[in-house]
Amino acid sequence: MKKTIHQINERIRDGNARVVTAEEMPAIVAELGEEGALAEVDVVTTGTFGAMCSSGGFFNFGHADPPIRMERVWLNDVEAYAGLAAVDAYIGATQQSTTREDQYGGAHVIEDFIAGKSVELRAISRGTDCYPRRTITTDLLLENLNQAIMCNPRNGYQRYNAASNSTERVLHTYMGMLLPSFGNVTYSGAGLLNPISNDPGFRFIGSGVPCFLGGAEGMVIGEGTQASPAAGFGTLMVTGDMKKMNTEYIRAATMHGYGVTMYVGLGIPIPVLDVETVRSTAVKDEDIWVDIIDYGVPARDRPTIGKVNYAMLKAGHLEINGEEVRTSSLSSLRRARRVAEELKGWIESGKMAVCLPTRRIDPGRRAAPMRETVQGPRVLEIMDRRVITISENEPIRDAARKLLKGETNHLPVINGEGVLVGIVTTYDVSKAVVNPAKISHVKDIMRRKVVTTTADEPVDIAVRKLEKHNISALPVVDREYRVVGMLTAMDLGKLFGGRWLK
Amino acid sequence: MKLLVTFSRKEGKKPIIAQVVRDTGVLVNVERALIDSSEGEALIDIPDESCRIVKDKLADLGASVRILEEEISLDETECVDCGACISICPQEVFSFDEEFRLRMDAKRCVLCGRCIEICPHGALSRRVDI
Ligand code: SF4
Ligand code: SF4
Repeated sequence: MKKTIHQINERIRDGNARVVTAEEMPAIVAELGEEGALAEVDVVTTGTFGAMCSSGGFFNFGHADPPIRMERVWLNDVEAYAGLAAVDAYIGATQQSTTREDQYGGAHVIEDFIAGKSVELRAISRGTDCYPRRTITTDLLLENLNQAIMCNPRNGYQRYNAASNSTERVLHTYMGMLLPSFGNVTYSGAGLLNPISNDPGFRFIGSGVPCFLGGAEGMVIGEGTQASPAAGFGTLMVTGDMKKMNTEYIRAATMHGYGVTMYVGLGIPIPVLDVETVRSTAVKDEDIWVDIIDYGVPARDRPTIGKVNYAMLKAGHLEINGEEVRTSSLSSLRRARRVAEELKGWIESGKMAVCLPTRRIDPGRRAAPMRETVQGPRVLEIMDRRVITISENEPIRDAARKLLKGETNHLPVINGEGVLVGIVTTYDVSKAVVNPAKISHVKDIMRRKVVTTTADEPVDIAVRKLEKHNISALPVVDREYRVVGMLTAMDLGKLFGGRWLK
Repeated sequence: MKLLVTFSRKEGKKPIIAQVVRDTGVLVNVERALIDSSEGEALIDIPDESCRIVKDKLADLGASVRILEEEISLDETECVDCGACISICPQEVFSFDEEFRLRMDAKRCVLCGRCIEICPHGALSRRVDI
């Protein structure tokens, strides 16, 4: 049996289409079988509500008198991109305020507009013959804008890898707070309710298809940026009218230590035309697998700790290395369900019909990493190769002498095999002199926990270590943990007048 | 009931909480303590009926005491039930109910402040009454 899109739209029009959410579908298929479910169900609604950084919107402010060709635009002190026609601008959700940093950003401007609050527009221009005005400041409500069109380049990620942290310190990431030593796992995504997970072949999700966006009727523009559907990480570009949105489904947020982002509610109805659709919309949380990625490793290709599915993630705890670990989602399943429910209501009531894509999204696409033609500096290039070390069994007096002679504040401590076992600083030595207890050797005062770098580590990462641990030097070690150099804050000065330091 | 105790350590390093336990016989649960060389702050949990006696004893020992009425408060209009707070709370104050709505067991909170800092929606705050 097969159904056509017209048959389904006719039923929607007549008010007797059978619409279910993606969460209800597995049970229906289990009960009625695939053919039975096909006969029974006309539309499956999906929904997701989570942080979607790649979001924003176009505004048209209308012309002032005398007119201005806005070159730079700020909305509540958040800069919007104005490299467009005179009174158009695009505000990105993650752009941060020039005055309130990560406590207010583009997402907050959008939320404030939608909430009906007044937003201050400031713009400057160099002035032209046709647009003589140079500055403008005015307070605007959403209703004062000609258009406020949300246009999100990347929304609705099909699934998202979970995050954990192998290091011994807390990490603040866009995946939230990651506790040390795999202390927790965070994840994002609605699992079986996710739109693309219900149509991974993009047979029904594509250009021109209607969707729920932020509480308004929106539309799928097409493939989202960085889409990698061949690897199971499809994304969508979507649009909708901000004037019809609702702050229940658009929420500004701040990821501590990371920055501003926007929580977006997105849902797509999927017409059930054939058995293949029945199968794809019967997807369960157990079927959707993701990796747990170790965010403790600051590289693009971070190591994977293990594989989990959304059922395991939603259960609230997992096992890592035999230990029970709590999970936290960053997206909201409760609100994702509300999106799917509301969308279901729209279709049942005939407010929204379904259609086929006018242009299909290529399910075979894979995102590539950046081609880098200029490699960033590595520790090797700026480290100090004259390393003065001390052995752990030498007297503290010798350490003091070496520190003085070497004009350095840090002495790496090595054992008999030349392996790094600790570090002493001028401060440690002075302290030992002031409190002359029984201690007399370097090994009594050295710090055994040493933060190190390697010669081929990017300087940016080494700098991050210095900042994070609030230290001023890092021993550079080789594979055998022997000291081959030192990287100090001073060495960083060698790079373009210290641009690498904040 | 929770008491926030602050004391200076000028008069030697007296084990002030231990002394209270010894002298009053009340079992004190230390939920959080921050002590450096000159000052200390501790959050302790005691049975309600022992409040008076413990407070008086602490005052005798030179500490100042505040009763914490409210631990952590959730602004339901801001909360989106994401659950980011769940796994980071050392006291397991947060969990989801069957409907994936955030549930709080505020009595367990020790006011470490972690969830306030990380809630993406600014929905959590400290509401301290005397
Ligand atoms: S992190 Fe904040 S918004 Fe998310 S569930 Fe907890 S209180 Fe609610
Ligand atoms: S302040 Fe927050 S994180 Fe800390 S114990 Fe209380 S509820 Fe848990």
